Amino acid sequence: MSSAESSSPARPRVGLFVTCLVDLFRPSVGFASVKLLEDAGCIVEVPDAQTCCGQPAFNSGDRATTEALVRGLLDAFEGYDYVVAPSGSCAGMLRAHVPDLFENDPATAARAREFAGRCHELVSFLVDVMRVDKVTASLERTATYHDSCSGLRELKVKRQPRRLLAGVEKLTLVEMAEPEVCCGFGGTFCVKYPQVSTRMVENKVQDAAATGAELLLAGDLGCLMNMAGKLERQGSPIEVRHVAEVLAGDLSAPPIGRPAGT
Amino acid sequence: MQPTSLAFQAKATGALADANLQKALGGIKTGWQRGRILAAERLPEFEQLRDQARDIKNHALEHLDFYLEAFEARVLDAGGHVHWARDAAEARAIIQGICQDVNARTVTKSKSMIAEEIGLNDHLEAAGITPVETDLGEYIIQLRKEPPSHLVGPAVHLTKDQVADLFAETHHLPRTDDPAELVGQARTVLRQKYLAADVGITGANFLIAETGSAITVTNEGNAELTQGLPRVHVVIASLEKVIPSMEDAFTLLRVLARSATGQEFSTYTTVMTGPKRPDDHDGPEQFHVVLLDNGRTRMIGSKFQDMLRCIRCGACMNNCPVYLAAGGHAYGWVYVGPMGSVLTPQFVGIDQAHTLPNASTFCGRCEEVCPVRIPLPNLMRHWRDEQFKRQLVPATYRYGLNVWGFVAKRPALYRMATRIAMGLLGAVGKKRGKFASLPLAKGWTASRDLPAPQGGTFMQQWKQRQGTRH
Repeated sequence: MSSAESSSPARPRVGLFVTCLVDLFRPSVGFASVKLLEDAGCIVEVPDAQTCCGQPAFNSGDRATTEALVRGLLDAFEGYDYVVAPSGSCAGMLRAHVPDLFENDPATAARAREFAGRCHELVSFLVDVMRVDKVTASLERTATYHDSCSGLRELKVKRQPRRLLAGVEKLTLVEMAEPEVCCGFGGTFCVKYPQVSTRMVENKVQDAAATGAELLLAGDLGCLMNMAGKLERQGSPIEVRHVAEVLAGDLSAPPIGRPAGT
Repeated sequence: MQPTSLAFQAKATGALADANLQKALGGIKTGWQRGRILAAERLPEFEQLRDQARDIKNHALEHLDFYLEAFEARVLDAGGHVHWARDAAEARAIIQGICQDVNARTVTKSKSMIAEEIGLNDHLEAAGITPVETDLGEYIIQLRKEPPSHLVGPAVHLTKDQVADLFAETHHLPRTDDPAELVGQARTVLRQKYLAADVGITGANFLIAETGSAITVTNEGNAELTQGLPRVHVVIASLEKVIPSMEDAFTLLRVLARSATGQEFSTYTTVMTGPKRPDDHDGPEQFHVVLLDNGRTRMIGSKFQDMLRCIRCGACMNNCPVYLAAGGHAYGWVYVGPMGSVLTPQFVGIDQAHTLPNASTFCGRCEEVCPVRIPLPNLMRHWRDEQFKRQLVPATYRYGLNVWGFVAKRPALYRMATRIAMGLLGAVGKKRGKFASLPLAKGWTASRDLPAPQGGTFMQQWKQRQGTRH
């Protein structure tokens, strides 16, 4: 991996915010993130006191729980140069919404704003902050990339993953017709309105399948589990992975929704 | 209109199985959604115009009292009348009074969402006055006795074949599915109605404070005939439609049609100022403006003020994957799609509509396309806050959230609980890689598999790895 000059410290100390889905369902994405960050020259630590970014509570209208969880994160990630998450959704919560919390607590609100400014989504952090322009990975596959909504619209993650994927040797990236349309996951939406959510994910995987790609990538495990769950139910041969796994060149874990050893 | 928003789930499920509706909704993507993209691409200053449009509306809202009084003064100068209506009932009574003063038997109407909001047609009919909708889409849904399913295209939920059947039955003519012939049939019926009407009622896209004018846009020219032919013209509009100047109106018009249908400008833009003057060849003898509040002044200074910028273009629904799957009627009241999910709870109460702000993945596409940059997902989230505060969240969901919150606030407990849970799930699911069904997860597993956890949490494995590193 080549890394150009940047205004950040030569070896910034990064606190990895693993995100609950990666922690619980797919640790391989966490290890891929660590590898990418270390290759980019970061010192990576994983604060033990982290749990959740608070988004499920925030989007359910439970401000008290949201603020309690975010307070925990302010302490857990105190002093790190950056806080990086392998998810546009969680990073979007931390970067775009945390500054609006603590309306009645100016001191914590100020801390929250400072914290939010240090938070980043993994791939955009590598490209925009660490100035990574190429990763050392090789994969002879045709892939298509789904733009997860929060990363795309709250954090403007669009060209960064494409730029790094373009540098993966032998990988061909084909665009689906509507990469920016929501997959229908939406956190609790997928169980509150399962029928509408199902129609949305049907449209999404149909769009992905129409490209002829063998591999469907995205930067958010929620969307990935939704799309993989639908493709598996359909018996589709398309494999689904987090973009970090491909960029880190580590496909030792089976694709999402597939048994061990595949 | 009695709200049925709490039935969103059931109605959306029905909508997904309705082949005609799905076909009709599919047309929005290839038509208006695509049209907006192309129109925006053709106009280099489109994004700057959106900023200007937002700023104009914000300025008008910050000085709403000033511009409303100025507007009223100009209407009076032009010889018109202004009526202030606090709520729907007052607005209905005012309009009924105007109609009865001239012994009106029939009134023609061009499309007005405010008339839908106050339930004007039913009220007039009950008073023995026949309202005739002259917008083609409104004419169709009036025949079908349905509410509109879209801001701009009230009958967008219907296919051409359904309209052909409806017209054959209603017009007693041989069935045709030729669009030009169908429009011709409606036009023939409506021409007679225009001439017979005693009162013409229009909405307004904008009210201009500097001139006392009301502006409407249509693609059919029906607003001109509605306001110009009868003796009396009534404009029904909500307070936030007022903007300072004609120049402002034209800035807003430049983003309105592009955002709505992809047209550069609507086919007809009608400026209506006062009644007929002595030297005018035509025009109404009376010009009335009914200004409706209906809770809007309460939104000023609240978290929902941004919503009052809305210029009713429909771009948010044209681009909403939930609307495009469920259709407008699933929303259960006058306003639909993302803007309806913010406005409906305002009008009917969050207890009658809390389903709507939840019927969103917060994908953010509505905000992305809104010509006046209304932060629609944030506003829907404010309603979810309100829903939570008022304990309108279903008990099981609330209980689940509490348990999860309790554990997530205690990292050590969380570590232990998740280690055990993921250990179990991983052990069971690892071999197959997924679950085809799982207790408590039916909403997910009815239509898709649930990918199994890899087994062992990241935090657990990270600690082990750190142990071997040092």
